[in-house]
Amino acid sequence: MKEWWKSGSPWIWLNGGAVTVSMIMVFGLLMLILIRGFGHFWPHGVVQAYYELPGADRVEVVGTLRRSETLTGQSMREAGAPIPEDQLVVTRHLFKLGNRDVTGRDFTYFIDDFLGEWRYPKDMTVLERREWGDFYGQPLRVLEAGSTVAEGAELWPEFQARLARTNQLYDEIRQIERRDIGNINFRLERVRLDQRRAELRGTLTPELERQFVERRAALDAEYAVLQERLDTLIDEARRDAIVMRAAGGQEVTIRLDRIVKAWQPNNMSIPSKVVFYVQSFFDFIFGYPREANTEGGIFPAIFGTVTMVLVMSIIVTPFGVLAAIYLREYAKQGPLLRTIRISVYNLAGVPSIVFGVFGLGFFVYLTGGAIDRTFFPEALPAPTFGTPGLFWASLTLALLTLPVVIVSTEEGLARIPSTIRQGSLALGATKGETLWKVVVPLATPAMMTGLILAIARAAGEVAPLMLVGVVKLAPTLPIDGNFPFIHLERKIMHLGFHIYDVGFQSPHAEAAEALVYATALILVLLIVMLNLTAITIRNHLREKYRAESD
Amino acid sequence: MAAILPNENTPRASLLPNTERRERLRKIRGIRDGISRYGVAAAGLGVIFALALIFFYLFYETFPLLKPVSMEVAYEISVPGDEEPAPTVHLTLDRFEGIGGRFSASGGITFFSPETGSILMRKQVNVPEDATVTAFGRSESRRSLFVYGFSDGSVLPLKLEYDQTFPEGVRVVTPRLSFPLGEEPMRIGDRVQGDYTALTVVEGRTGYVVAGGNQDGSIAMALFSARRNMLTGDVQISRQDYELPAISRPVRQLLINETLRNLFAVDDQGMLYNIDIVDPNRPRIIERVQLVADGASVTAADFLVGSRSLIVGGSDGSVSQWMLVRDEETNVPHLTRVRGFRQHPGAVTYIEPEYTRKGFLVGDATGTVGLHYATSSVTLKQIPVSGQPITRIAVSPINRLALVKGEDSEALRVIRMDNPHPQASLSGLWGRVWYEGRGQPEFIWQSSGADDAFESKFSLVPLTVGTLKAALFAMLLGTPLAIMGAIYTAYFMAGSMRRIVKPSLELMEALPTVILGFLAGIWLAPFIENNLPILVSVLVLLPLGMLAFGYGWTRLPTSIRHMIPPGWEAALLVPVVLVLGWVAITTSPWIEVAFFGGSMRQWFTDVGIPYDQRNALIVGLAMGFAVIPTIFSIAEDAVFNVPKHLTQGSLALGATSWQTVVGVVLPTASPGIFSAVMIGFGRAVGETMIVLMASGNSPIVNFNLFEGMRTLAANIAVELPETSVGGTHFRILFLSALVLLILTFVLNTAAEIVRQRLRKRYASL
Repeated sequence: MKEWWKSGSPWIWLNGGAVTVSMIMVFGLLMLILIRGFGHFWPHGVVQAYYELPGADRVEVVGTLRRSETLTGQSMREAGAPIPEDQLVVTRHLFKLGNRDVTGRDFTYFIDDFLGEWRYPKDMTVLERREWGDFYGQPLRVLEAGSTVAEGAELWPEFQARLARTNQLYDEIRQIERRDIGNINFRLERVRLDQRRAELRGTLTPELERQFVERRAALDAEYAVLQERLDTLIDEARRDAIVMRAAGGQEVTIRLDRIVKAWQPNNMSIPSKVVFYVQSFFDFIFGYPREANTEGGIFPAIFGTVTMVLVMSIIVTPFGVLAAIYLREYAKQGPLLRTIRISVYNLAGVPSIVFGVFGLGFFVYLTGGAIDRTFFPEALPAPTFGTPGLFWASLTLALLTLPVVIVSTEEGLARIPSTIRQGSLALGATKGETLWKVVVPLATPAMMTGLILAIARAAGEVAPLMLVGVVKLAPTLPIDGNFPFIHLERKIMHLGFHIYDVGFQSPHAEAAEALVYATALILVLLIVMLNLTAITIRNHLREKYRAESD
Repeated sequence: MAAILPNENTPRASLLPNTERRERLRKIRGIRDGISRYGVAAAGLGVIFALALIFFYLFYETFPLLKPVSMEVAYEISVPGDEEPAPTVHLTLDRFEGIGGRFSASGGITFFSPETGSILMRKQVNVPEDATVTAFGRSESRRSLFVYGFSDGSVLPLKLEYDQTFPEGVRVVTPRLSFPLGEEPMRIGDRVQGDYTALTVVEGRTGYVVAGGNQDGSIAMALFSARRNMLTGDVQISRQDYELPAISRPVRQLLINETLRNLFAVDDQGMLYNIDIVDPNRPRIIERVQLVADGASVTAADFLVGSRSLIVGGSDGSVSQWMLVRDEETNVPHLTRVRGFRQHPGAVTYIEPEYTRKGFLVGDATGTVGLHYATSSVTLKQIPVSGQPITRIAVSPINRLALVKGEDSEALRVIRMDNPHPQASLSGLWGRVWYEGRGQPEFIWQSSGADDAFESKFSLVPLTVGTLKAALFAMLLGTPLAIMGAIYTAYFMAGSMRRIVKPSLELMEALPTVILGFLAGIWLAPFIENNLPILVSVLVLLPLGMLAFGYGWTRLPTSIRHMIPPGWEAALLVPVVLVLGWVAITTSPWIEVAFFGGSMRQWFTDVGIPYDQRNALIVGLAMGFAVIPTIFSIAEDAVFNVPKHLTQGSLALGATSWQTVVGVVLPTASPGIFSAVMIGFGRAVGETMIVLMASGNSPIVNFNLFEGMRTLAANIAVELPETSVGGTHFRILFLSALVLLILTFVLNTAAEIVRQRLRKRYASL
């Protein structure tokens, strides 16, 4: 034992343990996100049980189990739970009860000792609603314009059919509201701006003014037609309703146009659960958020993240690559260049929030303000570019990721064996030709690696974006069918910010928790994928040049 | 092939371009080469310039904080209103600095242009017949509320307002007098006759309070409340007189604070009587305070905006700030001297507080005007303005212009000031400051409050301490794990395992910190709160368990041991760590029951350690996790690249592999490990999202593991979007960004230089 201690082996074991702990932390974290994220979409069984605290009435509990935990009896007693003095530990379950509008409590803890037998009645139904979160209960009858049309056995198929019809109507309504009316509003705003611009320039003639009035009238007429169609659709969609029995026996009538989807998890087979699961996952990725982002999908956030990263790539790639080529190939090597190079590399370690501060001050307020005064005076005092937006976010991130691209490209250029360069020069090629026809194509994979790493970093950054362009809820996507199609001045939604906002700033943080895990999962998957690609390319590249230079 | 080959019979045509074309080609190629050279250079330099711009821009935004205050006499105008020779009792300036106002002792008010002195408008208040103006009093500057006192004992409060109109898009400002209690002068009590030596007016919640004092030391006070009759629309004024205790000496100055709790009466010897008027029917003198040194007297006194503190000027030229500070034991507020300002060369004659912040102008008997700022306790400037004693000063609500009147009364001197950031002094940002309403000087960051009179508190100390605290706890967790892991991975671990471990850990560096922050705040914080004993048990169980397992491993029969080659210890430990972790979690409630009376969180509170759910421990864990990959990656490189012949030499001389690590590898690689730690520290200092989400963001100054903090970076993220561009707060946030930038830049540069040296040393070994 003493000898073993003296040999230093214990230290080796401890060092090994450090690696083990780090790795377990890393994979534990990934597992946590994976399980919680993917678990969000699984149709969990709905429990029905009776809860009876000593000295209180028996209450019916209907809901899904969120988690269970074991606590000391003492801390529960301090929290006011009627736990006997001699009981040391207590298990409690957190249930999602839904029915926020009926009971006012969505999530509630129940102490295991007072909870009766758990049952899973087949007809327990979960309704995902457009407002007020989920509803849990048993369907009683389907109504059409107030009168019962289905009950008992035929209820569920009838309800499904009617829900499909209503959802179709609802989609149509959304389409009109979001796209068609949105278009008209966009064009109306453009007319206003055109008119204001003419006024500012002093070119507003009565003739022009009449044109503006005509254009506006035409749009108003178009709007009236749409509005009429919308009204009929809304009336149609409001026809059907379903009466549900909530926990405790209360009957609640819910209009079908308030329901997104409905399922009976206790009555589903495993394959149908899988189908449901995949569907939910797709709805999540391609759906729009509802209820202050705590329900529904995250499509605008994904779209915003991707658009911003793309615009950033378009900016950062040429500049990063050119800067690297300059530093490596053209600049005079010496102490000054070494200083510059170290400084550029070190910018990668500067906190991202500093870039955000710079972006807000220099890009948004200074540059954006100047652009507004010069090019968009008609919109003032409402700022166009003088406010945080997509372009400034992308530009800030481009600045933030420039060092990554420069470092990676330089590394790639340095790896090109000098024999190749000399060969090209010896054949009479100019320096430029050698560079662009021989060296740069060979270094392309390195540039790709740099770009991918930059994208991975940019996709995960949130702090600077909070200052330069990301918002909680953007009314429109940055790309749409209206000229000029890419709206660089618009504010965007972002996956990372979505996590921060929904997880920490939302009124129903608990209800949204699962959704945030799912969002985090998407973000992690995206970034892990990008990084793995970069690593693969880099390794492949190293092997290739190792072979060539040997 | 055959088709391309020229026929042997035909004369050979050269496939090469002729001379002329070659020349042209060469030229084009030369041009292209030049374009490439200069284009690339331009782009490269542009990028470098853009990155350098970050530094310059942050400096540029921060610089105005350091700019010295400018204050100079710009020009002189003659005192307007020559046809009424009555002396000036008060001067004002409007917020657009286009209208000056002069209140004269005849009850006339003249509005003039401060640029030319030309008269814009003249008003006259009703002076009772056979009476003259004997006193003039005013409320805080921002209220624009004044009161005239007449020789027959009546008073007349009036308000000065400015109306803005925009005929044809041009702003026109017109001054307007309003009389909240009607245009007729009225009495305040019957005891004090019309020989007021001091007069004051305050608008309180219940109405207007006017108080006057005289040569005998008697003080009269009346509360006027205006009530509008709902039916007729008439305004009825009711008057309530209060009898205040007399002071034995002549009253020089009366001041009532806006909460209508205290009336301060100053006598001619510099004694202040603090009279409690919370219940005005039973006023009582709480204390008597000598405001200036013996032998001197108080020659001017006024409230700063918000009426929470009092600026006192003495006949000896002293300027000091006083405020009500609660006694810690008895909880009774006492008027306490908080700070003094640079002495004036002559007796202080007039004090003019600024409208929206805690600055003030002081005039003295030698004609010097001083500009002081209370919060940062600095005297920004003192300039001679006039040869005569200063009698009145008016400052504009935006603090850029001031009117000064000397006793000569022939001229008004106009002072231009540029003083946008008086609060940002070194001591204001980094020292303890005695803020209004506080018991002692403190470090506080509180950037905004409910109203104009709020004293913003810009101490960078809580934020810096918070930043260091967060980074420190993160490093405490991250550094040992990362360095030990790096040593093991680089030196002991089997190659095939290393190829998995290193990329996995490096991949974690790219994990968005917003996810770590989210997990820390939503999952880890409540988990730790409910299972506090885990912290202790993991810290004890894991190392012991690993050592026990390691020792047990040597006791196993060789046949089993040889199935696993050396270098796989870490893999063997996986089940050990998992089991121990599980044990720690399941035993947690039982440990609480056995040692901490059932609840460790409660136990902490009982022993006097405050516990927040989101605290430094959570931040330390999450951020420690975030810095592990950074430190690990660089340290691992440093250890791995130690030349093999060094270690082999050591081993050949009979050292065990651990002795080789301690004696050879670590000394050689230590600069690399050091630079890894520095880079990790730089990352921890600037990390924003984790701190934002996992700490409570309360700017406190302590190193308690179980309380939160606010860091510089998180503070910027929270506050920058809501500040007004160009203000002191905005620039201080830029300053903190600059501090972060320079700090991390220096750390990283130092680390980079150390690493480059190390690389050279390895190459030479």
